Amino acid sequence: MASHSAVLSMSRLLSPFRGGLLGNPTKVFGTTLTSHRNKTLLTGDNIPPPAKYGGRHTVTLIPGDGIGPELLNHVREVFRFSCVPVDFEVVHVNSALETDSDMDNAITAIRRNGVALKGNIETKHTLPPSVKSRNNVLRTSLDLYANVMHCQSLPGVQTRHKNIDIIIIRENTEGEYSSLEHESVSGVVECLKIITRNNSLRIADYAFRLAREKGRRRVTAVHKANIMKLGDGLFLQCCREVASGYPEITFDSMIVDNTTMQLVSKPQQFDVMVMPNLYGNVVSNVCAGLVGGPGLVPGANYGQAYAVFETATRNTGKSIADKNIANPTAMLLASCMMLDHLQLYDYASLIRNAVLTTMNETRLHTADLGGQGTTSEVVQSIMRIIQSKGQLISEF
Amino acid sequence: MAGSLWRSTLSQVVGWVRRSSIQSSVSRRGMQTVTLIPGDGIGPEISAAVIKIFEAAKVPVKWEERNVTAIKGPGGRWMIPPDAKESMDRSKIGLKGPLKTPIAAGHPSMNLLLRKTFDLYANVRPCISIEGYKTPYTDVDLVTIRENTEGEYSGIEHVIVDGVVQSIKLITEKASKRIAEYAFEYARNNQRNSVTAVHKANIMRMSDGLFLRKCREVAENFKDIKFTEMYLDTVCLNMVQDPTQFDVLVMPNLYGDILSDLCAGLIGGLGVTPSGNIGANGVAIFESVHGTAPDIAGLDLANPTALLLSAVMMLRHMGLHPHADKIQTACFDTIRDKKFLTKDLGGNAKCSEFTSEICRRVQDLDGGH
Repeated sequence: MASHSAVLSMSRLLSPFRGGLLGNPTKVFGTTLTSHRNKTLLTGDNIPPPAKYGGRHTVTLIPGDGIGPELLNHVREVFRFSCVPVDFEVVHVNSALETDSDMDNAITAIRRNGVALKGNIETKHTLPPSVKSRNNVLRTSLDLYANVMHCQSLPGVQTRHKNIDIIIIRENTEGEYSSLEHESVSGVVECLKIITRNNSLRIADYAFRLAREKGRRRVTAVHKANIMKLGDGLFLQCCREVASGYPEITFDSMIVDNTTMQLVSKPQQFDVMVMPNLYGNVVSNVCAGLVGGPGLVPGANYGQAYAVFETATRNTGKSIADKNIANPTAMLLASCMMLDHLQLYDYASLIRNAVLTTMNETRLHTADLGGQGTTSEVVQSIMRIIQSKGQLISEF
Repeated sequence: MAGSLWRSTLSQVVGWVRRSSIQSSVSRRGMQTVTLIPGDGIGPEISAAVIKIFEAAKVPVKWEERNVTAIKGPGGRWMIPPDAKESMDRSKIGLKGPLKTPIAAGHPSMNLLLRKTFDLYANVRPCISIEGYKTPYTDVDLVTIRENTEGEYSGIEHVIVDGVVQSIKLITEKASKRIAEYAFEYARNNQRNSVTAVHKANIMRMSDGLFLRKCREVAENFKDIKFTEMYLDTVCLNMVQDPTQFDVLVMPNLYGDILSDLCAGLIGGLGVTPSGNIGANGVAIFESVHGTAPDIAGLDLANPTALLLSAVMMLRHMGLHPHADKIQTACFDTIRDKKFLTKDLGGNAKCSEFTSEICRRVQDLDGGH
């Protein structure tokens, strides 16, 4: 525990440009308070208890662009219907603006509430390079260092590969996404990829703790250390160091191009995978495609003090926006992950079971799964199943 | 009557003269020289298989075998043997088997050396589903064109402070323009309909933005080919769900590495995937991308398909399309027939049996003459 806080303070020393300058008093108290509670949630090790006012939680909601707003409206509908004790504080972010005031508001709101549910914010890359990707800014300001995605084959979905069950843990703040670029000579652009020992140790530690908690047997580190000997070499070394502390878990490593080749031929061999940022992007999208597409998999971004939930592949879905054909499964499952995080386990299982039961009725697949259903039909079916299970008495 | 008879005779004579002049120009061009680098491990046996099949197909190619082991040149820099370099510069076409990189040998990998020596800037990998070799993905027909000299593989890394490492990804205007031009020309020459640029410009705004800008500029000159751009993650997502929507993909080094191996996995792995490297000055080296497989070297168990398909790619590059089609058909028919398959394809035939079967089919296709 002491080593964790040492690592924490070191990383804060080394990264003063991170948004943590404002400081957060609950973070300091949180580490001492939570040690007294029996937190079975891995993410709850250092995260302060979620705020509860009058028995209800407040969660920041960022609708984003594309299909985000309509899917999050459906989430709110389902929550209202199931009497979930969660209030949403909606913060809009306009992706067309060049100023950062929208994002600052959103980040402050998440700091206040501790938990957020968001849609993807579009990045117009016609704007000048000084305007960074807003999703990225959110992740780095809140230091959401771990992106966790659980890919599981669903029985009601037809895919080429069966029996996939992979947890992907992706470093979320550094690597190729450091957004440090410059044009030293006209026509020559340099982009920096940063790998630090602290962040690599942190993510490796997270991965192994999660594997242990979920009873997983094997952790695979994905890298390209044969080419990027120092950068990915450091990442791999950190993973090996952490692995030595978990003797019951097998640790191996695989080069990223071989990994993608294995994923399309034999994805059943993988268990838990940990990797830096860009490879995480590739591997998580490949895995999402393998289990049925971007509409099915939820994702979570965990930091020391905050948690943000969204769909795993972070698509804006501009081409299918407002057409009532988007698949609400990913966003609803993400909201269930959020409910688990808020320790409202009963509500989470209720909604999750309803979503999965609807998935197995093949008639009610949306277009991305080859069906004819609309988003509203799927949501109606989910609510019908929830109603048939009987209303839950909310916990006081 | 006499006039038309005279005219038809004249046209026949002209046709005969034209045909004979073409034939004589072929015989003048005669045997084209190709530098053959057998490689290590199973390299020599699969190269022998390819030579045998080419003989059976009567391909007008003269092989010059050369060895590439790194030697220290003047000035202490590692380089390939000068006779190999001279042969390649003369013939401009090369066929290479797998090369092993000994660990801790002190010199960079052989593939890297070759790349630097001949400025091989484009790596082309056509991925076409093989009918006889079933994978979960059917009807794959795409080509990945990868920039091979810069990008994330520039090899520039520093330790800034202890525990913080920085790797530099380099994107230059010149290299991006060159690879984009090659991609569009390849699409045009091979009757492809569209070129898709793969990038991550939402995150790496300046570097991938530059690459994308150059692709757009080059696309202006090739209006007959459709140009689209797609994010790397979207490509990965769609590739594993429906690979038929992609045609030609062009991208910087790292994405190309990952995507080309992903596509190779779709059609059955590196044992059946051809690959070609195009360099400046018209040099082209075609290679098999699998490893040296030292455990089965010399045991006549190797699968020569990858090297054979790369050789077919080479024939197309040289313009010898009829021979290329013949050999490719024979190879695919053999695999589809399933009677003579090497171990990695699921059978238990020897490499020599597989080769002989392909030779037999080639001769049959030829009509026996």
